[in-house]
Amino acid sequence: MTDPSAPAGHFGEFGGRFMPEALVAALDELTDAWTDAMADPAFVDEFHTILREYAGIPSPLYEASRLSELVGARILLKREDLNHTGAHKIRNVLGQALLTRRMGKQRVIAETGAGQHGVASATAAAYFGLDCTVYMGAVDTRRQALNVARMHLLGATVVPVESGSATLKDAINEALRDWVASVDHTAYLFGTAAGPHPFPSMVRDFCRGIGDEARAQVLERYGRLPDAVAACVGGGSNAIGLFTAFLDDAEVEVWGFEAGGDGVESGRHAATIVAGEPGVLHGARTYVLQDEDGQTRESHSISAGLDYPGVGPEHAHLAHSGRASYEAVTDTEAMDALALLARTEGIIPAIETAHAVAGAIRRAKDLAAEKGPEAMVLINLSGRGDKDMATATEWFGLGDPDRVTAEPVGDPGADR
Amino acid sequence: MTTPTSTATAFARAAAEGRPALVGYLPAGFPDVAGGIDAFRVMVDAGVDVVEVGLPYSDPVMDGPTIQTAAQQALERGVRTVDVLRTVEAVAATGVPTVVMTYWNPVERYGVERFAADLASAGGAGLITPDLTPDSAPGSGAAWIAAADAHDLDRIFLVSPSSTDERIAMTVAACRGFVYATAVMGVTGARTSTSDLAAPLVARTKAATHLPVGVGLGVSSGDQVAEIGAYADGVIVGSAFVRCLLDHADDRPAGLRALAALTEDLAEGARRARR
Repeated sequence: MTDPSAPAGHFGEFGGRFMPEALVAALDELTDAWTDAMADPAFVDEFHTILREYAGIPSPLYEASRLSELVGARILLKREDLNHTGAHKIRNVLGQALLTRRMGKQRVIAETGAGQHGVASATAAAYFGLDCTVYMGAVDTRRQALNVARMHLLGATVVPVESGSATLKDAINEALRDWVASVDHTAYLFGTAAGPHPFPSMVRDFCRGIGDEARAQVLERYGRLPDAVAACVGGGSNAIGLFTAFLDDAEVEVWGFEAGGDGVESGRHAATIVAGEPGVLHGARTYVLQDEDGQTRESHSISAGLDYPGVGPEHAHLAHSGRASYEAVTDTEAMDALALLARTEGIIPAIETAHAVAGAIRRAKDLAAEKGPEAMVLINLSGRGDKDMATATEWFGLGDPDRVTAEPVGDPGADR
Repeated sequence: MTTPTSTATAFARAAAEGRPALVGYLPAGFPDVAGGIDAFRVMVDAGVDVVEVGLPYSDPVMDGPTIQTAAQQALERGVRTVDVLRTVEAVAATGVPTVVMTYWNPVERYGVERFAADLASAGGAGLITPDLTPDSAPGSGAAWIAAADAHDLDRIFLVSPSSTDERIAMTVAACRGFVYATAVMGVTGARTSTSDLAAPLVARTKAATHLPVGVGLGVSSGDQVAEIGAYADGVIVGSAFVRCLLDHADDRPAGLRALAALTEDLAEGARRARR
């Protein structure tokens, strides 16, 4: 989809590199090391061996038959929630940490929103014996205390970031400030397919197994391609990891779902492509939630992992070119879908992932109206919901020990 | 309206006096727009040769805690891009070359060409761009170079101890006015000792250009100015000025007195740098 003659790291008019000069040499070094590694069969083999033996990858493809019946279309789930650490993110960190070892660096830093990338980074650091420091917004360390405990157990240092809005974007700022002072011995394990070149392309390549595997799995089992593929989009690593394999399949629709928070019209959301405008944030030209003066607006979402006012530049390009379409899913829609998937399939997804489920169900109904019940939608089930149980407990009013016969939540028969 | 004066004239005058130029930074709108203008005037009266007006930004990745705090306070009090231009106009009216230091997105949001035009008509001398390199693309590096040419504005890009000689050559070729050499690998903020990375960087930069080279990041005392000014054409101070105002947040006259005293100490350091 991207013009092969375009400069490296450019996606149409998006992407590129807008970074302090002090970091350019490190970004060039990283680009060279990554390019060299990806061309080395020994590196690629070792990456796949680690994914298979340590992380449980390839993840299975699962046809959600009870959910399919309810929706009226065939819903396939790529079970990234079954990976080690419970999300697709392990792919990216194992790739970047393997590259870090190859570059001879001893320390890694990472930013994290919900804590999933932080946990994955701490895991990879433990696996490879690297020092690890994770920057996390202070608002997020409070709402994701379980993941903070996991990172501590894994041997990482967690630094709560109080500056700015004390969320993911500020954690990225603080990690960049660390990196500019430590770049000679430290690698920055960037958590999503955003930021300056080479991160959007490198993270995509480490995550693209999601779509490569799923495409082969669907073809093998059904002898055809899905009619649509769907994923949630915050920074967009799980989505670009799924989408990449299907971009040249013109008959496959590509759907991304952003966090609609209280609703896009409320102004309290994280729907960057749907409601943002082109600008520069964290080193790339992309869509940004910003005010009239170009100051970054605070994003809002029930999902800490989607609560980011930027988005990966390749998604910006896919939206701009029309190859993929992006819609917003509100907090309420996502939580309804979380409960629905739990009750129909026995799978509690991450709240991030629930946005993809909600959006895909909404659009699958239209697709089925057009193509009939054989219409097939592949959803990336990017992560599991264990980390979100406190939020779910509060949202649904669960966990009252005196209500031993609590009513089921999220009526699957309700018209949505 | 003031005619923009290139920063190069201030560097040339300082050089003729046998000393480095003293460049002073504060964010606009801190503690508020009028208070910020008062502070800049104090710095100019006490001996600053070039003024840097910072445009407060929500995501300042190159700034340490001191400048972050000041910029965040300015934003919380509602400072706008037009207030930054208003500040430039007031400071440039003193006759001292006045540049804006800004992260890139606010310029792009305002419109690169429109920003250049309004900056020039406010009497501003140019821009320092900490997260824009001449080769930043798609779009912007080239767009700013063209707009600066059209409006006769200085383009001050940064070189770093980690820059290769090739990148230094590329960067200085795009600079106008002076070149900003970052003395340390790190963010803004006062440091007690001067960096041993600065002198080799200045030497590599001066081998590639005849433009003056200013050294910034971590400078906070007259002694440091004297040390750096022995080999650099200018010395840039930011966080230490901001600190004067932060430390006297409840007593503005005391903050301005501290600012004047610091400026005089720094200017004295500049005068003895090459003796």
